[in-house]
Amino acid sequence: MSTTTISRDTPASGFVADTVNVMTRELKPVWREPASVLFAMVQPLVFLALFAPLLPEAPNGSALQWFVPGIVAMTCLMAASFTGAALTDEMITGSHERLLVSPLSRSSLLVGRALKEVVPMLMQTAIILAVVTPFSFDLHLGGVLVGVAILALFSVGIGSLSFALALVSAGQEWLFWTVQQTLIFPFLLLAGMLLPLDGAPGWLQVASDLNPLTYVVEAERALFAGSYPADTVFAGFLAAAIVAGLGVTVGVRTMRRCS
Amino acid sequence: MTIHTQTGPVIVTRGLTRHFTARKQTVEAVRGLDLEIRQGELVAFLGPNGAGKSTTLRMLTTLIPPTSGTASVAGHDVVTGQREVRRAIGYVGQGNGAGHQQRGRDELVSQGRAHGLSRAEARRRAAELIDELDLTAVADRKVSTLSGGQRRRLDIAMGLVHLPRVLFLDEPSTGLDPQNRANLQEQIRRLHEETGSTIVLTTHYLEEADALAGRVIVVDHGQVIADDSAARLKSGLGDLVTLGFDRIDHAVVAAERATARLDHTAYVDRDGDQVTIRANGGSLVAPELVADLAAAGTPVRQIEVRRPTLDDVFLNLTGRSLRETAGESTSNEKESDTETEEVAA
Repeated sequence: MSTTTISRDTPASGFVADTVNVMTRELKPVWREPASVLFAMVQPLVFLALFAPLLPEAPNGSALQWFVPGIVAMTCLMAASFTGAALTDEMITGSHERLLVSPLSRSSLLVGRALKEVVPMLMQTAIILAVVTPFSFDLHLGGVLVGVAILALFSVGIGSLSFALALVSAGQEWLFWTVQQTLIFPFLLLAGMLLPLDGAPGWLQVASDLNPLTYVVEAERALFAGSYPADTVFAGFLAAAIVAGLGVTVGVRTMRRCS
Repeated sequence: MTIHTQTGPVIVTRGLTRHFTARKQTVEAVRGLDLEIRQGELVAFLGPNGAGKSTTLRMLTTLIPPTSGTASVAGHDVVTGQREVRRAIGYVGQGNGAGHQQRGRDELVSQGRAHGLSRAEARRRAAELIDELDLTAVADRKVSTLSGGQRRRLDIAMGLVHLPRVLFLDEPSTGLDPQNRANLQEQIRRLHEETGSTIVLTTHYLEEADALAGRVIVVDHGQVIADDSAARLKSGLGDLVTLGFDRIDHAVVAAERATARLDHTAYVDRDGDQVTIRANGGSLVAPELVADLAAAGTPVRQIEVRRPTLDDVFLNLTGRSLRETAGESTSNEKESDTETEEVAA
C-alpha cells in the first residue's frame, strides 16, 4: 500500500508527550466547532442571571463577590464530572479500544482527558468574570489565577473519577448518569456553594467539613476577593491535591482491571 | 518493496486460554491454543460467532490478559511486554478506531503521534494514507457523517499509520456491502504484498477467508480444528453433484448406477427425485454419468456441480454448517465477549 518508510521521533514517547497528545485530541472537536461549547459557556451566566437577584445583601461585601467563586467552582465540577460521558461514547463506537492498543501510557489517557476539561473551564471563568466585573464585583487577577490553578488540580481528580465510573459502567450508560447525578448535587450543596452553611445543623456541618470541595470553595472565595490567607489557600490546595491523587489512582487501577 | 523482511515466527502461543465468568458460570472462550505464525503470513481465523476468534485477537493485542498460557507477538510477551507489543502492531477492531466527533485527518495525525512520529511526519503519513485509501473527499469531515465503507477505510488507515509489523483485523468486512467488501479485500491484499506485514484477520465469511488468506485456521468452541491452506482444506472433500429427475424411480436407478460407478470414498444419497453425489473429481464424472443415464432410459433433467467450499470443510469437521451456526446467535461475538468480560472484571 505504502512503499515509503516512516521515521520515528523518539523510540518511546514520554508521559508528558502522551498526555498532550490525548488532551489535544480531545480538544480538537471543540476547536473545530466552537459553537458546540457555546451553550455550555452560557449556562453559568443563565444561572447567575436567575440566581443573583435572589441573593440577600451580604453583611460584608457584595453578594456577587461571595456567589461568583461558587459558580466558577460549580461549573468546573460539572464539566469535570462529564469527562466520562465522552468516554462512554468512544467505548461504544470503538475508538477507546483503538487507543488502548496504541502505545499511549494508561495514565496519560486518563490525565489527558481530565485536563481537557480545564480549558473550557478557563474560558468559562473568563466569561463569567467579564460579565460580572462591571457590576458589584471587584476583579483581583492574581487571586483568580491562583484560584484557577486549584480548580485545575481539582478537575483532574474529578475527571479521573468520572473516567473510572464510565469504565465501570461499560454497556450500562444509565449507571454512569445515575451515579453522576446522585453524587453531584449533595457534593455541591454540602460545599456551601449556592447557600452558606453557617446556620446549618450539626450533622450537616460535619458532612460539609468532610467534603473536600468545601475547602476548595473557601479558598476560591478568599482568592477571588484578593486576599491570601495562608491556611485557607493551603487547605484548598491540599483538598484539590488529595482529590487529584485519589482520582488518578482509582482511574489507573480501574483501567488496568477493566483490560 | 517489502518493508518487513524479518523471518521466523512473529506470533507464538502456548496453551493460550481465556475463561470468562458470567453468572457464576465459566465460559471457556479459548482453550489451550498452540499457534505459530511466521512473518509475512496472511492468516484468517474462521469460525462461527462465539468460536473464540475475537477473544484470541484481544489477547494477542493486549486488550485482555490470558487466563493461562502464554503468547508473544513480535518477540514480546503480551502480558509483560505490553507496550512493546502495542508499538509493533496495528489493530482494526470491530468498532470504529476514529472517534465519531473527530475529523479523520486529525485522528490519523494523533495516532501517528501516539506511535512516536514527529508532527510533520505524522501529517505527511496521514496525507499519504488518505490518498491511498481514497479518503480525500471525506478526510476533513466529521467521522460520524461518513458512510460505513468510508469509516471502515479510515479504520484501516488508522491501523496502518505506523507501518506495523503485524496487523490485526477483527471482522474487517462485517456490515459492508459486497462492493465495499471486495474493495477492502483488494486493499488488504495489496497491503500484504507491498509491505510484507503479517496480517491476521477474523471472519465468518467463507468467501473472504478463501479469497484472501494463504492460511486458514478454523476455530470452533475455542479450539483449532483445522489449520491449512484453503485449497488443501478443501482438497479431500470432493465436488458436490446434484442430479434432478422427472420420476422417483429414475432417481432410484441413477443412485444405484452412480454408486456402482464411483469408488468407495464417494458418497451417494437420494432424496425423492433428487440424487446428491459427493466425490473427488465429481465434475469430471458428471458428464459421463449424464450420458450413461440418458442411454439407460433414465434421463437427467437438472444438474448442478459445485466445488467444495470452506463451509463444506466446516460441515465435514463439525457436522454443523457454518452458515447455520452463524445464524443461531444474532448478537455478534464481540458483544457477548464484552458482556461476560464485565462480569469477570
